[in-house]
Amino acid sequence: MFASCADPKSLEGLTWLLCYLTSGKHLDFYWSFLTVLLLLAITAPVALAMGFGGAMAARSAFLPLRLIGKGYTSMVRGVPDIVFFLFFVIALDQAIEWSVHQIRCPDWTEPIRNGLEFRVCPQAKVPLSSSAQIWHQAYGFALAIFTFAIVFGAFAANVLYGAMNAVPRPQLETGEAYGMSQGQVFRRILLPQMWVYALPGLSNLWMILIKATPLLFLLGVKDIVYWARELGGSKTQAYEYPHPDWRLWYFLGLLVFYLLFTRLSELVLGRIGARLSRGQATAAGEAMRKAGA
Amino acid sequence: MTRIALATAIVALTSGLAAAQDVVRLGTEGAYPPFNLINDQGEVAGYERDVGDELCKRAELTCEWVTNDWDSIIPNLQSGNYDVIIAGMSITDERKEVIDFSQEYYPAVPSVYVAASADADIKGGVVAAQTSTIQSAHVAESGATLLEFATPDETVAAVRNGEAVAVFADRDFLAPIVAESNGALIMVGEPVSIGGGVGLGLRKSDAELKGKLDAAITSMKEDGTLNTLIEKHFGPEGVKF
Repeated sequence: MFASCADPKSLEGLTWLLCYLTSGKHLDFYWSFLTVLLLLAITAPVALAMGFGGAMAARSAFLPLRLIGKGYTSMVRGVPDIVFFLFFVIALDQAIEWSVHQIRCPDWTEPIRNGLEFRVCPQAKVPLSSSAQIWHQAYGFALAIFTFAIVFGAFAANVLYGAMNAVPRPQLETGEAYGMSQGQVFRRILLPQMWVYALPGLSNLWMILIKATPLLFLLGVKDIVYWARELGGSKTQAYEYPHPDWRLWYFLGLLVFYLLFTRLSELVLGRIGARLSRGQATAAGEAMRKAGA
Repeated sequence: MTRIALATAIVALTSGLAAAQDVVRLGTEGAYPPFNLINDQGEVAGYERDVGDELCKRAELTCEWVTNDWDSIIPNLQSGNYDVIIAGMSITDERKEVIDFSQEYYPAVPSVYVAASADADIKGGVVAAQTSTIQSAHVAESGATLLEFATPDETVAAVRNGEAVAVFADRDFLAPIVAESNGALIMVGEPVSIGGGVGLGLRKSDAELKGKLDAAITSMKEDGTLNTLIEKHFGPEGVKF
């Protein structure tokens, strides 16, 4: 990065460390923090939306929809995450390529499945093998987001389903007594009140999601844990910056990052919880009312 | 105007499709110096980088490097994430059942045990090796207790911190580590010859690509380029063709 770093083997002390910490590989490491944050920023709302859809479906009066909603939550919650991340992603990837293959290469005669091989025509590769590496990474990242969203959406669906059922029935009856339709009762009374019941469960999920990000590497996305392991491993003279096993320091760095991030999340979630409890017919809401009075 | 833009787009798209067949993706591990490593610029480097680039030039292929962890390197070749494995993979009969190999671009070199002390019990103690390698299979049969790790670096770290009494791996990987350990690590026992030379791994259905790469390897062997590269990365002791 700096001109003075051109010959790393002649450097010593702080200059060496500064050059080491700004090497191209370290910059990749720093970018991977952003990758993780971006994954969280996209996955959380998508998972929440899927959870909301799942909960609505599970509560539906229409039987097939109810079965889909309940089937989704119980199936995904019952499968170990690691199986999901190893099997589902490959299946999804192959399903996408198989579909593109049917559209783009209808005249292809060779078998797609050949023993253990999965081979579609070159035009059906997603992304094309001629695409820049960035597209391969973006595709892997999108698959990762989708997988995370499905898994966490199932858990969120169960949390929201429980929260919707936890809103006191008299609240809804009052709405009905005012002549509101089912939809109006749902939007005006159930929805605003259920979040306070959902928050503890959702905040748990958020914390687990933060800690599940190292699973990204299973999906071929180079995350912070991958880079920490790669950079921390002992390096011989084949590298420009040889050093002994420094994994401990890198992992300590990650520990600090995760602790700070979860602490920050706790603070924010605490504030959201306080905001949601205001004026609610719950113990927390009642305590706030008494304190204010 | 729109029609021109559309036509241009179609031409660009179809020419992209035509080019699609010519890009060959090379998959490597990036954690096995001096064969392959991720250098400090974050790029693939090492012996196989130089060999791979030269092979692609001679076979007139456009190549792109990708990294993949060792454990899933064969499944990901079969599912088409890349087209060639170039990751210090020894040619064995077991692997030949699932993938094809080019001719060897690095000769068979013995594997060695490296331990912290000369009296390490390599026949009955705990010996570290990388998962799914010819070395881990050998340790499992030797009577020693096998301790497997996902990356080569972790196998050496296990010996340094006392988790294992020795590590069993390619001599070329361990030699620089021993040389730079200031006597903390030494080679013990006799070198063991297992496995064949190192070859490129290809899908069984990719006979045409295999032919091109085989021809390129032959030409590199004939004009001595391969030996020059071996000398560059493995030093004067490197075994040449």
